[in-house]
Amino acid sequence: MLRARFLIPLALFLVMVVFLGIGLRLDPREVPSPLIDKPAPPFVLPQLHAPDKTFSQKEMLGQVWMLNVFASWCVACREEHPHLMELSRSGVVPIYGLNYKDERADGIAWLARFGNPYKVAAYDRDGRIGIDYGVYGVPETYLIDKAGVIRYKRIGIVTPEIVRDKILPLVKELNGNG
Amino acid sequence: MGKLLTLLLGLILAGAVLAKEAPTVAADPVLEKRVMALAVELRCLVCQNQTIADSHADLAVDLKNQIREKMKGGMNEAQIIDYMVARYGDFVLYRPPVKATTLPLWIGPFALLLAALGGLFYYIAQRRRSAPVQDLTDAEQARVRSLLDAPEERS
Amino acid sequence: MAPELGNFAVILTLCIALVQSTLPLIGAARGNAAWMAVARPAAQGQLLFIAFAFGCLTYAFVTNDFSVTYVAQHSNSRLPLEYRVAGVWGGHEGSLLLWTLMLGVWMFAVSVFSRTLPEEMVARVLGIMGLISVGFLVFMLFASNPFDRLLPGAADGRDLNPLLQDPGMVFHPPMLYMGYVGFSVAFAFAMAALLDGRLDAAWARWSRPWTTVAWMFLTLGIALGSYWAYYELGWGGWWFWDPVENASFMPWLIGTALIHSLAVTEKRGAFRIWTVFLAITAFSLSLLGTFLVRSGVLTSVHAFATDPKRGIFILIFLAVVVGTSLTLFAWRASKVGLGGRFALVSRESLLLTNNALLLVAAGAVLLGTLYPLILDALGMGKISVGPPYFDTVFVPLLAPALFLMGVGPLARWKQASVPELAVRLRWALAVSFVVAVIVPFAMGNWSTMVSFGILLATWIAATCVVSLRARLALLPNERLGARLVKLPSSYYGMLFAHLGVAVFVVGVTLVSGYQVENDVRMEVGDSSHLSGYGFKLTDIKEVPGPNYTATRGTIEVTQDGKPVTTLHPEKRVYTVQNMPMTEAAIDYGMTRHLYVALGESVGPKAWIVRLYYKPYISWIWLGCLLMGFGGLLAAIDRRYRVRTRADSAPAASTVGLKPSPAR
Repeated sequence: MLRARFLIPLALFLVMVVFLGIGLRLDPREVPSPLIDKPAPPFVLPQLHAPDKTFSQKEMLGQVWMLNVFASWCVACREEHPHLMELSRSGVVPIYGLNYKDERADGIAWLARFGNPYKVAAYDRDGRIGIDYGVYGVPETYLIDKAGVIRYKRIGIVTPEIVRDKILPLVKELNGNG
Repeated sequence: MGKLLTLLLGLILAGAVLAKEAPTVAADPVLEKRVMALAVELRCLVCQNQTIADSHADLAVDLKNQIREKMKGGMNEAQIIDYMVARYGDFVLYRPPVKATTLPLWIGPFALLLAALGGLFYYIAQRRRSAPVQDLTDAEQARVRSLLDAPEERS
Repeated sequence: MAPELGNFAVILTLCIALVQSTLPLIGAARGNAAWMAVARPAAQGQLLFIAFAFGCLTYAFVTNDFSVTYVAQHSNSRLPLEYRVAGVWGGHEGSLLLWTLMLGVWMFAVSVFSRTLPEEMVARVLGIMGLISVGFLVFMLFASNPFDRLLPGAADGRDLNPLLQDPGMVFHPPMLYMGYVGFSVAFAFAMAALLDGRLDAAWARWSRPWTTVAWMFLTLGIALGSYWAYYELGWGGWWFWDPVENASFMPWLIGTALIHSLAVTEKRGAFRIWTVFLAITAFSLSLLGTFLVRSGVLTSVHAFATDPKRGIFILIFLAVVVGTSLTLFAWRASKVGLGGRFALVSRESLLLTNNALLLVAAGAVLLGTLYPLILDALGMGKISVGPPYFDTVFVPLLAPALFLMGVGPLARWKQASVPELAVRLRWALAVSFVVAVIVPFAMGNWSTMVSFGILLATWIAATCVVSLRARLALLPNERLGARLVKLPSSYYGMLFAHLGVAVFVVGVTLVSGYQVENDVRMEVGDSSHLSGYGFKLTDIKEVPGPNYTATRGTIEVTQDGKPVTTLHPEKRVYTVQNMPMTEAAIDYGMTRHLYVALGESVGPKAWIVRLYYKPYISWIWLGCLLMGFGGLLAAIDRRYRVRTRADSAPAASTVGLKPSPAR
């Protein structure tokens, strides 16, 4: 005679195991951005290379573009850099930079040394705009559509796989429909 | 009383050893208290698992500064929490907001408690009717005795 | 050479474990005495070989053998000797080896202290422990071998995580693992009883001391870990509701419930199904804890070296062990009788209620710990569940448990009368209310939470006194000393453990209510004042350490102008991993700690200094020590060692009430 109520612990345990199993394939540190499908937060920042000129997200309305947050102190950015250079050369999507919490001279020197994939790099000395964009782990990358809405965000390195599987199809879609 | 004593003592000591009283880091201790009270509820995103109050990571320091400025600017706790959530999502809150997806989390422990207590009383009431008066069956008693009083040769 | 010998020893241990987990179990099922007799020598052999393997790894650490991958990753030639030894369990592979060593120790203990047990029981218990051993040894050999060679060998090691280079970390993991693994004994006894089909008072009596000892180790292990976090992480907290802390807290809660449930099963034959269930759960949660720490499914400050592939192995192991045992439980539980009868108000029902509260508390911790993972797995977003949640949920769950703790020991078995209880407890209640009102005012300002905490703590302590008086009154009229000696040590164990909880609650309550802190900017020569103490920074200089460089402050502490102590907080940078560490300096005291930590440098000569005044914080760990001591007293009760007559034991431990007449 097997009474159903003694099976409850087993059932609960099995449910837990299933969740733990799924959990193994998830990355607990990857946080989805609440900014997806929201308008890109407004900013007006001095340009990295030309302190007297400014750059604002408003200038980009009507275009699909990519905003990449980088810093000279960021080790992962160096790893990411060649992929950005390649994407920039392909000319599929314009890349704009946000130099985050950096010394201006360091940022400029870094781009001079490894190459500059950006049309324009904005300079966010105190990281205030970074906070508005929910930046927490440089490098971070945003894809923004013609209406100025953030459609995709990548925290961490933009790998060739991500370019191929996520960014290129999305750019195509946004350009085609919008 | 204690505070007054401290202050008095401080003045005496300061005079006695001619040491300069170190300034408190926070310019406004009352505000700082509010800032820290909020900071312990927020998660530092770059750290493994720390509040931004505990963390000395760059981002945590920046966010504490943000809180301080917003509070000075007159924003209240709820508004600042909204500000943080708009940027970092619910993930930033160590006290999950009560909403549809977190309802089981908030109700769970208390539902569990009610279920456990309810089940308990049902069980006790039920077994009072069905349990035998005997503690152990005679066979069990005998077995207990034989096992516990087993002679040394068992080893 | 030593690593190869170690590796070989692990393989031999596995072979023995395979034998131990098959022959005795089959022998017990078939009544083959020769096969059953294999269990004891096999268990002893396992300990021998696994201890040898452990020695080999220790040797590799001590001799700086960086051709062993694990040593190269967790040690360094400049690491002081004691941390090279502790480095053996400073990472995943070595932790596993420690786990299996502890299992070996427990199996050995069972094989030695089981002379009064029937052979089938010993065979089954050791067989089941052997199965657990097989699982971990296979995991170690195939997925996390600490003896793997690094070819070519490294010139020097990557150093032990600086957080772990601390005396607290030397003792914390072995203690904690003794507790975790110790629950495997209670688990094995429960499974053996289920296999045997006989869950009786004898079974409960056999499991009791083992469970109590495991619980004692777990209590001390958790306390050590919390103490380590307190002084090593440098921000003065002592419990963070981190997933890894929760992982050790859940088995503790269930283990506590199990100890109490076993008492009822032993003395009254009741709660058998419940007790078995708790025994299975306590060990399952120990395994779950291992999984959570080692797999990286949750983010935690403690999640060192995680690897999902290993996670899959532990998960499968967890599923097999727990799944099988819960299936066996479901199959056999229906056939278990109810045991002694008891009324709605009786010691049994009070203990059962407390058990339920502890189980719900553990359930709440489990829910809070796993909820972010569940939501994420369902694709419903990411959330964090942290201290504010647990604090909110936990207090209402544990407060009634603390209240019942006072009532339980005074209630009669079978049927207690509420009016009688009220009469016996009225003084305790009155004293508690008075103290709860006085203490907050004496401490300087009123706080309802503090008052409530003190109320519960005093209540527990006062009821302990009432209980002791009641028991003494029942003994023949001799001198007090003579009567005190007559009470069984298990009774004192209960008193000490309960007093420990009271002391712990006082510590938690007062420190959270009256802690004072201040962050000041100090230059050499500056002073600051906090809660009547003066802190003067007299010197700050660079001091080289063996494998770090430290900035070391000298702070002279005075009270009323008289010197109290000199503190040396440090900020260290460990050179190999280039990792900064804060070494707080603490002036210890029974009524307060003065806690000083050096913050960041804010100028050529200026530093941020964090000053804390923490009243009664040492009571937190003092309480844990008392609980552990209580566990020890309960475990060494002579009725577990001396073969007393079976029927005299219940009478002696029924709070001096009439021995149950129903026979």
